[in-house]
Amino acid sequence: MDLNYSADELAFRDQVRAWIAANLPGDLREKMETFEHLSRDDLMRWHRILARQGWVAPAWPKEWGGTGWSVVERYLFEEELGYAGCPPLIPFGLAMCAPVLLRFGTEAQKKRFLPRIYNGDDFWCQGYSEPGSGSDLASLKTKAARQGEHYVVNGQKIWTTAAHYADWIFCLVRTDPTLEKKQEGISFLLIDMKSPGITVRPLILMDGGHDVNEVFFDDVKVPAENLVHEEGKGWTVAKYLLGYERMNTGRIGESKRELAKLKKFAAARLGDVGFRDRLSRLEVELTALEITNLRFLDRMRRSGQPPGADVSMLKIKGTEIQQTLTELMMQAADPAECGEIDPLARRYCNMRKTTIYAGSNEIQRNIIAKMTLGL
Amino acid sequence: MNFDYNEEQQLLADSVRRFVQKDYDFERRRKIVASEHGFSPEVWSVFADMGLLGLPFSTEHGGFGGGAVDLLSVMEAFGEALVVEPYLATVGLGARFVAKAGSAQQKKAILPAVAEGKLKMAFAHAEAGARYDLAQVRAQAKKAADGWRIEGEKRAVIGAPMADKLVVSARSGAGIALFLVDREAAGVSLRPYRTLDEMRAADVVLAGVRAEALEGGLELIEEATDFATALVCAEAVGAIQYANDATLEYLKTRKQFGVPIGAFQALQHRMVDMVISGEQARSMACLACSKADAASASERKRAISAAKIKIADACRHVSQESVQLHGGMGMTEELKVSHTFRRLTMIAQQFGDADHHLERFASL
Ligand SMILES: Cc1cc2nc3c(=O)[nH]c(=O)nc-3n(C[C@H](O)[C@H](O)[C@H](O)COP(=O)(O)OP(=O)(O)OC[C@H]3O[C@@H](n4cnc5c(N)ncnc54)[C@H](O)[C@@H]3O)c2cc1C
Repeated sequence: MDLNYSADELAFRDQVRAWIAANLPGDLREKMETFEHLSRDDLMRWHRILARQGWVAPAWPKEWGGTGWSVVERYLFEEELGYAGCPPLIPFGLAMCAPVLLRFGTEAQKKRFLPRIYNGDDFWCQGYSEPGSGSDLASLKTKAARQGEHYVVNGQKIWTTAAHYADWIFCLVRTDPTLEKKQEGISFLLIDMKSPGITVRPLILMDGGHDVNEVFFDDVKVPAENLVHEEGKGWTVAKYLLGYERMNTGRIGESKRELAKLKKFAAARLGDVGFRDRLSRLEVELTALEITNLRFLDRMRRSGQPPGADVSMLKIKGTEIQQTLTELMMQAADPAECGEIDPLARRYCNMRKTTIYAGSNEIQRNIIAKMTLGL
Repeated sequence: MNFDYNEEQQLLADSVRRFVQKDYDFERRRKIVASEHGFSPEVWSVFADMGLLGLPFSTEHGGFGGGAVDLLSVMEAFGEALVVEPYLATVGLGARFVAKAGSAQQKKAILPAVAEGKLKMAFAHAEAGARYDLAQVRAQAKKAADGWRIEGEKRAVIGAPMADKLVVSARSGAGIALFLVDREAAGVSLRPYRTLDEMRAADVVLAGVRAEALEGGLELIEEATDFATALVCAEAVGAIQYANDATLEYLKTRKQFGVPIGAFQALQHRMVDMVISGEQARSMACLACSKADAASASERKRAISAAKIKIADACRHVSQESVQLHGGMGMTEELKVSHTFRRLTMIAQQFGDADHHLERFASL
């Protein structure tokens, strides 16, 4: 057992760190620092800077632009991005649609979509949840009926993050409503957001921000070639993707950066014993998460198996830490300084979402109970 | 030992509850919050008609001689409805200083007007960097030929934008003293804003503002703040009650996996813990209100701090769980639950968070 990074790994990290320092635009750094809203252009600008460097999709196969880095190098890279306060890479194309296409897509689909995802030409969003189907995703009702060379889609998605920015949406739709088992008869469709019949309506969250939307489909014609994997096999695709989605939710680098900020910000409160204890506990929690994450990665590297129920644990712990961070930040702020406390309180409100989305933390516990513990 | 309201208190509790249920539903509140001044003059005059605005004043000043226990049911109903009118600022704080420390003339000029709904007040005390330390006051008061002049900056004064008169703390030769200032007086300038929980507050700059003195200083500020703390504890109980009721209802009606989500034992236990938090909060609000007017300062302080610690914990617990158990819906502006979340988040910190009151409790 050796919990130290090798000299090569450290050299790699330094190289990444230096590159970020030289290439992260100052205005984006500033916006991230002050939790300012990032526009579509802001997000895509950073995406393209990484794409030009060849680093935007390290996990992809090399032929499609992957870096061929080891699991540890990929982890270090992500941690550095988070720690440096880089804008987030929107995962819907890079880390969700692409792995699905790589695993289940046809050559034509890969050629058509992957380069555009890589280069940041298309902005993607995820059309899974529906008003009646959140945790119970497989009960989804949005219909897609085959008519000649098209599917005709009718129904509604909800909570669709960034649908108001998106060029494309990948959707789970029901192609066969007659089957008894709800997991059957679901298909995975790629839909152009410019298609006639799509309406996007904003949903405002309690911090006042517009991140999520309702998306309505009214006789939307989708070419049959946009079906991924076989008709009726969408649930297999969905499950494959959810593992990737949750990989994304630990956000250790980002939390480390937030913690460093919090410690500086709260310096005046360290005389307060209760606060100091909670801060220290949080740091210990984060260390435990980091080591656990590395241990799981190491296991994945050796077994060559895709992430299993382990990621559920990382999701639970990672999101709890992110929430505690924003809560302590709010508590450390001067309650009399509106300009200081208000944005932090709104961020605290916003981060409540993390234990709800990407499979709520209750659902993650169900998964561990069932898959890992056999309960 | 008796936890029941007497007949008058019960009548009051019933009528306030009826009013908010009928005339202060969430849609009405939404309109009030969005209106220019962020409060409703009509609602305010109903409060006056119901006798709520004079409740704690003596009968000679148009009041009913009520104490914190009499205000408990009012605040609870306000918490449930998320009332944004500056009741706490006016009746719980501003006018209370006048009632406790005003001259006979000041009382006569102010309290009946407050009771009739003609005068609103706010307490301008907090300053930047003071956190919850009531003794940190830098504003200065200087004696002038015709009264006093105040120089200083107050922050986060809830209710200041709609107040007619401000009670201001400032240092005079003798230490911290209290003053009355007209909000419209020359030298008063406001930077108004809307708080996270949709009330109106302002930073207040006082530049050589003319003021009249009140009696009393830091001790009275502590006592009045404790009184107001007891009131927000009662308000929290109402807001927690709403959050729990709404969540329970949601668990019974929201279906996933073919059953109401309340069928999942994992959620049943969470709901039970929320209800336990609510019950304990209610007990502590009773304690706080019954001791808020206590003769012994140390008895009062211990009870108020103990209550605020439990209430802050309950606010945090119930608000977070109510959003979580509502799933995505709980995150939306559309649902009252997310507004209750915000009010509970603010109450947890108002007049001192749990850390602050733990320190105070331990030091007593
Ligand atoms: C900010 C935000 C962004 C999102 N972005 C997207 C997106 O881009 N695309 C997309 O498709 N979806 C998105 N979602 C939707 C998200 O995945 C769902 O909100 C989530 O799956 C929960 O579904 P629900 O909201 O319907 O809650 P429900 O499923 O109704 O759950 C309500 C409560 O019941 C609990 N619960 C449900 N079932 C069980 C059970 N069996 N055992 C124990 N507890 C249970 C839940 O944990 C939750 O606490 C987003 C959500 C949010 C809040």
